[in-house]
Amino acid sequence: MSVKDKVIEIIAEQAVLDPSDVTMDSTLEDLGIDSLGLVESIFAIEEAFDISVPFNANDPSDSDFDISSVASIVAGIDKLIADQS
Amino acid sequence: MKRVVITGAGTINALGHNVSETFSAMKDGRCGIGPLDVRDVDRLAIKIGGQVRGFESEGLFNRQQIALYDRFTQFALVAAREAIGQAGLSFSGDLAARCGVVLGTSGGGMQTLDENYRSVYEDGKNRVHPFVVPKLMNNAAASHISMEFNLKGPSFTVATACASSNHAMSQAFQLVRAGAAPVMITGGAESMLCFGGIKAWEGLRVMSKDACRPFSANRNGMVQGEGAGVFVFEEYDHARARGAEILAEVVGFAMTSDASDIVMPSKQGAARAIAGALADGRINTEEVGYINAHGTGTAANDKTECAAVADVFGQHADELMISSTKSMHGHLIGGTGAVELLACIMALRDGVIAPTIGYEEPDPECALDVVPNEAREAKVDVALSNAFAFGGLNAVIALRKV
Repeated sequence: MSVKDKVIEIIAEQAVLDPSDVTMDSTLEDLGIDSLGLVESIFAIEEAFDISVPFNANDPSDSDFDISSVASIVAGIDKLIADQS
Repeated sequence: MKRVVITGAGTINALGHNVSETFSAMKDGRCGIGPLDVRDVDRLAIKIGGQVRGFESEGLFNRQQIALYDRFTQFALVAAREAIGQAGLSFSGDLAARCGVVLGTSGGGMQTLDENYRSVYEDGKNRVHPFVVPKLMNNAAASHISMEFNLKGPSFTVATACASSNHAMSQAFQLVRAGAAPVMITGGAESMLCFGGIKAWEGLRVMSKDACRPFSANRNGMVQGEGAGVFVFEEYDHARARGAEILAEVVGFAMTSDASDIVMPSKQGAARAIAGALADGRINTEEVGYINAHGTGTAANDKTECAAVADVFGQHADELMISSTKSMHGHLIGGTGAVELLACIMALRDGVIAPTIGYEEPDPECALDVVPNEAREAKVDVALSNAFAFGGLNAVIALRKV
């Protein structure tokens, strides 16, 4: 499974949606994922890819990890996998 | 001072998944204690407990709730749903703003602690699920009840080991009696039957390997249980005005501290709590027909408790009935007083006294009518529920038939 498909699967599960309802330009807010759902998604992503995501829930905008859309999350993970492999 | 009545009751414990199953098991003198089904049970010296069997979270909670609720929170919510459903209350507007929830628990989210300590210490993982803290905190169950039922008034959790539920219900009673809240949801929950929870108790060497036999001369210790009991405490006029069914009236309570030993019970501390509850409820000793004992099945508790009852009641101690339902559902630690209050309600409402099962040999140091092995029919006007915790913290509640 590609990184993109796996991320969409994780986010869809968190949002209780079918993966086909999650598009690359969806925002987490669009998908109804709240702050606790977000940290749970980050945890699931870290577990799935065995990476460490530099995400600080105190101030997500200040984190070195862009969560503004599904596409930005996938791009961030691609970079983390490359950097941390 | 307002009168306080109970208008709803709910439970889940080793005897049943609701109040009617629990009453029926208590009437039959059925034992809910059996072989433990927990991970690494082969490394435990104690392999029995009063476990809740056949509990399926699916169907009761959605996937996200299951991820967020420790087992003790799930138990508390199941019991709260039953209690509030029976009371027929819904909370909105001013009522919601004034009503709250006070729960007792000793260990809080012990299953969550156990699983995650295992994960980081034994499995060497360096990452834990983000819900660990919100799942394990002692107030999680009270908070989730407040959220599910929109309770926005005074809400908190009380932790006084084995007396947690009685202390919690005492706080709820005080809030309603003082007029601070028309309705309080109260009781307790515990889920300590996991490897670490049982192993910790093993260390004290007060656990029985075969059965909980309170007051019996051959008793050899306590047996842990798990579950929850939740009640609706409601101001009497509020309940009457809406035509609610009243299960019993809460008439008195008292709390004392032994201020002596961290584990050994004190006759004086227990007796002062019992006498205090009678005085608070303006109850004559002769009116008390039934006491649900703390009755842990340890050598120390049972003889101390019987001596305290004899001191307070004098001659009447030989006429009243005192039983320990821990023989059937085990010791629910922080949740135990709540499940045991059900036996008091059953005595007052149904006129059936739950027995002390597993009773085999009389003990001259426990020479009271402990209702051995078989339930008994009797008319009871006032019932007490005792709880005497480690740390010497005691709480006794008195109920009266309405």
